[in-house]
Amino acid sequence: MILRKWRRRSLGSPATTSLLLAVLTVVTHSAASFGDERNPFAGDAKAAKAGEFQFRINCALCHGLGAHGGGRGPDLTRAQKKHTHNDAEMFQVISNGIAGTAMPANGTNGQGVGMTDEEIWQIITYIRSVEVKTPANAAGNADHGKQLFYGDANCSLCHTVEGKGGRVGPDLSGVGGSRTRDAIIDSVRNPSRRLAWGLTESTKEFPQEYETITVVTADGKEIKGVALNEDNFSVQMMDTSEQIYLLEKNKLRSFKKSRESMMPIYKADLLTDKDLDDIVAYLTSVGAK
Amino acid sequence: MTLRKVFTTLCVAISAWVTFASLARAQVTFERILNSGKEPQNWLTYSGDYAGRRFSPLDQVNASNAHSLTAKWVYQTGATGKIETTPLVVDGILYATAQDDRAFALDARTGRPIWMYQYPVPADIRPCCGHVNRGLAILGDKVFLGTLDAHVVALDAKTGNVVWNVTAADYRTGYSFTVAPLVVKNLVVIGVSGGEYGIRGFIDAYDAATGERKWRFYTVPGPGEPGHETWEGDSWKVGGAPAWNTGTYDAATNQILWPTGNPAPSNRGEGRAGDNLYSNTLLALNADTGKMSWHFQFTKHDEHDWDATQVPVIIDAGGKHLIAQANRNGFFYLLDRSTGKLISAKVYGKVTWSDSKDAEGRPVAKKDASPTLEGHTVCPGALGTTNFMAPTYDPQTSLFYVTARDQCDIFSTAPQPYEAGHAYYGSAYFPSEEAEPYRGFLKAIDPATGEIKWKFEHTSPTWSGALSTAGGLVFTGDAEGNFIALDAAAGKALWHFQMGGAVYAAPMAYAVDGKEHVAIAAGSALYSFGLP
Repeated sequence: MILRKWRRRSLGSPATTSLLLAVLTVVTHSAASFGDERNPFAGDAKAAKAGEFQFRINCALCHGLGAHGGGRGPDLTRAQKKHTHNDAEMFQVISNGIAGTAMPANGTNGQGVGMTDEEIWQIITYIRSVEVKTPANAAGNADHGKQLFYGDANCSLCHTVEGKGGRVGPDLSGVGGSRTRDAIIDSVRNPSRRLAWGLTESTKEFPQEYETITVVTADGKEIKGVALNEDNFSVQMMDTSEQIYLLEKNKLRSFKKSRESMMPIYKADLLTDKDLDDIVAYLTSVGAK
Repeated sequence: MTLRKVFTTLCVAISAWVTFASLARAQVTFERILNSGKEPQNWLTYSGDYAGRRFSPLDQVNASNAHSLTAKWVYQTGATGKIETTPLVVDGILYATAQDDRAFALDARTGRPIWMYQYPVPADIRPCCGHVNRGLAILGDKVFLGTLDAHVVALDAKTGNVVWNVTAADYRTGYSFTVAPLVVKNLVVIGVSGGEYGIRGFIDAYDAATGERKWRFYTVPGPGEPGHETWEGDSWKVGGAPAWNTGTYDAATNQILWPTGNPAPSNRGEGRAGDNLYSNTLLALNADTGKMSWHFQFTKHDEHDWDATQVPVIIDAGGKHLIAQANRNGFFYLLDRSTGKLISAKVYGKVTWSDSKDAEGRPVAKKDASPTLEGHTVCPGALGTTNFMAPTYDPQTSLFYVTARDQCDIFSTAPQPYEAGHAYYGSAYFPSEEAEPYRGFLKAIDPATGEIKWKFEHTSPTWSGALSTAGGLVFTGDAEGNFIALDAAAGKALWHFQMGGAVYAAPMAYAVDGKEHVAIAAGSALYSFGLP
């Protein structure tokens, strides 16, 4: 921490700069492990408590209360983490975000206040304190899950995993790494319960929310599909044959938007708990890559 | 033509040119801002006039020709994040700000820059909610900027050079400025931001010529001052009550009417028992001295971060001197401006926190509206029914237009010690997963009755403010990037333009060469529209 603050300061004249640099070099060697690599609060219960609170403010929006994950962020109680292997990496991830994901850099989401270095270390201490060494979903046969995904369960008609599959629904390549097992199961059993709507505008992943759109064009043609994007004046949508339609609302005979997902409801008689576990195991194995 | 005639003609021409030039570049005076309605081609203060109406008397663009509006120019600021600025326009020159405390002057006809100023923002500032700025104030030959590190800076309006730069507070303890200052007489009036840090809020007035501070009104009273008893123990020291949006000015009573924000910590009432004056309050301050003549607190002992910082709008109707505010807590308030007494408070959005009123008619919080450790759902959510989005009052339709949001949040609370410069919320809030998708509107409210005359629903909630014009139009922007002209009487969309970036700013109108323009910021750019 000390080092990070030093770095931000102006170092003054060239003479003092060289002197300070010399001192800094020494400090860097002795303090780097403290400042940038080692958690100064590791194992400190009081810091973990403070971290729990900071977690609520800064992280729980996506990672859920108790760090168990939510509809957007991964379950951080898993000891195995996709992007970090130690506290120093976790510090970097919280500070700088993860490129290509919804994980923002500290203080950049335009809402609320960023965290200090100290608060970030407290959060890491908290996360370490709630980690469960054995993952809850060790069960499930990933190979069988893959067969089901591309076969009898028909998932791949609409969903892509690792470049193969349909395009009407979201790409599920990363979902096993970012969503909890419970969240995935819930999405299969109750697909309409929670569409992928953005939580707040500034942290929204993308405009697409997979709402169902039904329109009748001026010449009487009915089109049903998922919304790719929409504003008050136009809609961009895809039907189940993956045809894209670009429509102006004032030229339509009718326009209907529904938050009933086009995805079929997979009840237990359509997909058993065991088969669903296998599919989750498959998605989790892909998501961990 | 004789030589004498040539000479005379030349003299007349030169004198006409000099007169024109001096007129066109006359300095902005207090009297000019006071009588802003007489020069509709200019936009001399944040809300367009001292009444806070954001109404333009220009009528060249109207309901019959709005469909042909077209982009005249776009200025790319090069900044990233949210632009919340409202430009000023004085005699053909446009002055505005962008993120990270940039200020610039443009040729309002073409959008070509005249100067650009970048304030040296310290690397270690951590202001809440983005590196935003909502605009400048102007007086004489200077424009005034409040900075993210709590300085007030006067820039030469012709060059952008710094004339003076004063420190209002220590940014390291959470103080900042994001507000567009308000010039009154020779004073630059400005309110502080930092309700997330446990600051002690204030409103300052600086001598426009020198930068000397003439008065400060602390929005949290100190020991011995009236209102101090509304704070438990030492909680007043970190009581918050920032003043981060621009107030209005009533020349008849020489009063500045300035609203304040949340008490700190924002979502935890434990430890600060009492009403917590003057948080979430409309203050009437003497412009010369900063002495308070009356106050009205909208949300007592707030636990939901419902800052009352929305622009209060002066309305004179039926011989009554009124002031209206569409508050973040979901109620539309109408007050008597002379006394600060409440006339009415009517719901204008989704509200669950209150179902009763006190003897004065003020909405009272339900007992179970307080945040809990486990968290429970309250409407409106933490972002409020409205927020900093500037409203507009149209004297032609007598309607008040405001951007509104229907959203509920789960509010939870937890103890948090105060530490200087650290976030001090005492809570967290979450969107309720079971909740309906958020809905966003522009609502037209009859201030006299609180009745919603029409509402225009956006695809998703927007952070755009609104402008009304004498052309019978209301302009607003949306989160999808559209700039929209609506019929002011009925709320029907007449025109739109896709700007390619979400709107966090409010529109304004001006004219150059007798041609009306409407300007708004979106994405990273400033747009100006006009008729072909």
